Amino acid sequence: MSQIIYNSFDREVHPPYLTPEYKSTVLRAPQKPLVLLKQSLSELTGPVFGNFNVGPLDNDLTKNTAKNGEPLGERIIVHGKVMNENGQPMPHTLIEIWQANAAGRYVHKVDQHEAPLDPNFLGAGRCITDAEGNYKFYTIKPGAYPWGNHYNAWRPNHIHFSLFGANITNRLVTQMYFQGDPLLQYDPVFLSVPPKGRDLLISKFDLSATEPSFALAYRFDFVLRGYKQTPFETL
Amino acid sequence: MLQTPSQTVGPYFAYGLTPEQYIYDFKSLVGNEMVNPIDYEEAITVTGKVFDGQGVVIPDAMIELWQNDGQNQLFGRFGTGTDAQNRFVFYTIKPAPVNGQAPYITAIIFMRGQQVHSYTRIYFSDEAELNSKDEVLNSVPDDRRHTLIAHKKGSTYEFNIYMQGDNETVFFDI
Repeated sequence: MSQIIYNSFDREVHPPYLTPEYKSTVLRAPQKPLVLLKQSLSELTGPVFGNFNVGPLDNDLTKNTAKNGEPLGERIIVHGKVMNENGQPMPHTLIEIWQANAAGRYVHKVDQHEAPLDPNFLGAGRCITDAEGNYKFYTIKPGAYPWGNHYNAWRPNHIHFSLFGANITNRLVTQMYFQGDPLLQYDPVFLSVPPKGRDLLISKFDLSATEPSFALAYRFDFVLRGYKQTPFETL
Repeated sequence: MLQTPSQTVGPYFAYGLTPEQYIYDFKSLVGNEMVNPIDYEEAITVTGKVFDGQGVVIPDAMIELWQNDGQNQLFGRFGTGTDAQNRFVFYTIKPAPVNGQAPYITAIIFMRGQQVHSYTRIYFSDEAELNSKDEVLNSVPDDRRHTLIAHKKGSTYEFNIYMQGDNETVFFDI
């Protein structure tokens, strides 16, 4: 007999709660120590979700909210695989993404950056990984945009990702960046990740997945928490 | 293989994760009606605010509730940006006790300024007996246990979340 113990959250690759260079963390980071939760009581009994009602165009951000034509900007493919630390593919994982448009403007009402909105691009999409854990989006390469964290602060090009698997330990919200972006070295959100983890947030140009005469492709794989099997303790 | 690092949900999640709540022209996969309150006599409302270290209500947090008592597996998601008082509001049913544990709902909290989401649990003030014997509640320091109890007023349970300060909510390492 054995039981499954999910690996702990790897504090060596995840950012800490408090990174003062990213100013919003100062009043929002928990300050007291986290209380360790015995696993068998919670995440192993997490909800299991069947089918989210994902629409056929939901993974194509160039079409899913188009009003009267194609969105402006560089069409790209973003694809990859979701695995756990044991190397097993993670099928049926819901992936939701949101991003700025090619001009670096978010649709969100709070975004006041003076760059144009695109009537044919909301910037949101989602899909569910297939039996091998694979996913694929069509979208527009997001632009960089300024933010108020410090003087002349700009976020590098990025796409927000939310992953939602079969139990609570698989919940992940993160951001995907692009190789060679000169803004990465100045971005306190990216730099809050310990050096050991940073490269994991940078997608790789993928010529093999590029569709000729249509769109360049980037690959971005995910690794979610894995588990160990240990013998049941007998009392 | 290393785990993919977490990054903040940022200020602009609404049109991607909670679009209908924020009136964007995109269908929401999930909202705050974990059950339809019209269909369930026993439906409850779970509501509250999220406070920062200066006691200011946070208007751009996103809360997810997960619950599973073996009979009902329910999930809800709501942002604090649309209610006039910046509350989160969920309609659900109280989970049944499992294996003698006090009933609880798991809450996951996301916001700008949080690079890693936070987990907490919502217990119920009208379950004093089960709460007093609950293994997890008893693993929490006495003077912080109250931060995990939602207070019943009619069919509504109020649960405020304090990110910092004397009343900082207990967050769990899962």
